[in-house]
Amino acid sequence: MAATTLNAKGEKVGNYSAGIAVQKTFIHILCVFLSILSILPFWIMIVNATRSSAEIQNSLTLIPSDQFAHNLEILLKNSQGSFDIFKSMLNSLIISTSSTVLGLYSSCLAAYALVVYRFKLRSAMYTFIVAIMMIPTQVSTVGFINLMYSFNMIDTFWPLILPAIAAPATVFFMRQYIQGALPLEIVEASRIDGCTEFGTFNKIALPIMLPAVATQGIFAFVTSWNNMYMPSLIINSIDKKTLPIVVQNLSSNRYQTEYGVVYCGLTLTVLPMLIVYIFLSKYIIEGVALGSVKE
Amino acid sequence: MKGNAPQIKRGRGRVNYSRYGYFFVAPFFIAYFVFSLYPLLTTFYYSATRYFKIGVGEYLGPDFYLKDGSTVKSADFFANFGNIDLFHNFKDIFDPASANSQAVLGSFRNTTIMWLINFFPQMLLALLLAAWFTNARLRVRGQGAYKFFIYLPNIITAASIAMLFKTLFGHSGPVNLIREWWNNVQFDAGWITKAEYDAFEKINFIREGWPSRLIIAFINFWMWYGHTMIVLIAGILGISPSLYEAAQIDGANNTQIFYKITLPLLKPMLTYTLITSLIGGLQMFDIPKLISMRAEAGLEAFNMNQTVVYLISERVSTIMPDYGMASAIAILLFAVTAVFGAMIFFMMRDKDEIEQRKKEKAAIKAYKKSLRGGVN
Repeated sequence: MAATTLNAKGEKVGNYSAGIAVQKTFIHILCVFLSILSILPFWIMIVNATRSSAEIQNSLTLIPSDQFAHNLEILLKNSQGSFDIFKSMLNSLIISTSSTVLGLYSSCLAAYALVVYRFKLRSAMYTFIVAIMMIPTQVSTVGFINLMYSFNMIDTFWPLILPAIAAPATVFFMRQYIQGALPLEIVEASRIDGCTEFGTFNKIALPIMLPAVATQGIFAFVTSWNNMYMPSLIINSIDKKTLPIVVQNLSSNRYQTEYGVVYCGLTLTVLPMLIVYIFLSKYIIEGVALGSVKE
Repeated sequence: MKGNAPQIKRGRGRVNYSRYGYFFVAPFFIAYFVFSLYPLLTTFYYSATRYFKIGVGEYLGPDFYLKDGSTVKSADFFANFGNIDLFHNFKDIFDPASANSQAVLGSFRNTTIMWLINFFPQMLLALLLAAWFTNARLRVRGQGAYKFFIYLPNIITAASIAMLFKTLFGHSGPVNLIREWWNNVQFDAGWITKAEYDAFEKINFIREGWPSRLIIAFINFWMWYGHTMIVLIAGILGISPSLYEAAQIDGANNTQIFYKITLPLLKPMLTYTLITSLIGGLQMFDIPKLISMRAEAGLEAFNMNQTVVYLISERVSTIMPDYGMASAIAILLFAVTAVFGAMIFFMMRDKDEIEQRKKEKAAIKAYKKSLRGGVN
């Protein structure tokens, strides 16, 4: 380590490659620190899920113990009746899957139409979609809830699924993708071969759009799965609650001293997204990068 | 197969497909009008009224306010047209003496402060990491793994993360264990007196005002800087590599390249990130709500951490929901968002499309002119 200073003016110091090496070491130390910072809370959570309440209160350790089965047992015993983590996961799964599928299909239809057909309102509709993209759903809460009351849809899954059909950001993204990936000649060829417009979309366009659909699908699913705002206002029945709502019960009084059980419950709620991320992280990170390049 | 054949409009001599465009966009627009636009318009309407829910299926209002503060049934709107006060709720919000004003303006202030505390460190760190990861001279290895870990918190259910931090910073959580351990170490080493040692107390950080606010800001920072970093990396990679090569040949160092090439060319991207983060930040809900639930957090912590959306949800979900005021708050949020959203809108308009439309219009004009025989 000859040059210990971070030489911003590399060539003037002369010891150029040494400066680079120092800078690289610094970067790696910082990145390792940040990586640890990212997983440490989760690691403590998982470790504490395997420890007894007494152990948790007395010491902090990063080595798992053997009380996981015990904690899980208490959690499951308590979870019957008042709230049920697995039932809530199932509810979240139903809502997220159906809203994702519906939202993707209608978004693809709309995006395809905006690219392929030259109809009168086309550019007006596109401008409209870009304009509404930034409006948060929360601003129309009161109107939405009142409408759901009049539709008799309060305390059902419908208000959490049906609005997903209109996903302006997905339409926007899909349109950008189709413009680059779908040559209009293919559509023409399909027409000449006698395929219907709807058939062309389903059999020709949709397969071409699949990579983008997959990326958008992951994000739509994750957003819906993690959503807490609307479910907390729409769902009243205990057996219909979604995962993010049930999570807050983990701090309630019944677990005041059962810390192991709280960590165990938290681990169960974190696990689904963690598994999704471990397997799909490549696509997710690519998707974030792709979605950001809008120019 | 006759039914499937596309209709041919003989007069024009070509198949008219444009109507399929309307069929295909129909699901999107129907769903949007029913589930988003109509509720938004009714929210606008409610924001001008006194409107309470007073029981199952029982409502008080929506009634319009008159200028003297009394109300009339919404059906009598036109009879009292000149006398109606559409901005009663908004005046209430901006009246310093009103209790609503304190809650609403307080929630906007809380949201802004928490956003500011998290955004600037987030942007700085993300920019630094993005510059390093894209630097051709440094060639940082293991980027894939770093990105994996740094982005990880963003995807985990925010509700779970909030509850996790609540437990970690709670009375019997690991943070207090570390503080206790450090207290022992200091005493054993003789750095603190017995009195100071005995004065040690475990703190439930979640119930304290500023600590809980900082924890919320930290969680937001921690969840989002990885996302911002990846966005900025994509932005930097979008800058033409030839510029960097030219700069290197000209003998520019890393700092010069960063300030003279990366930063100026990244400016639109940075603005975009800033505004989207601000709009996202204004919707902050899950984490403040779970960290500072009214029933559990002390009043101080609750008052310091209640965000705008949290306030709206509270006004809507109590036993006697105040729809009028909740709508007014929502419309205020809408107005703030709209201002920032408009900036994004003008940034993201499809420039090719606009260019093309201009050309089409010019062509049509020229064609019409030629029809009139007005050449030159």
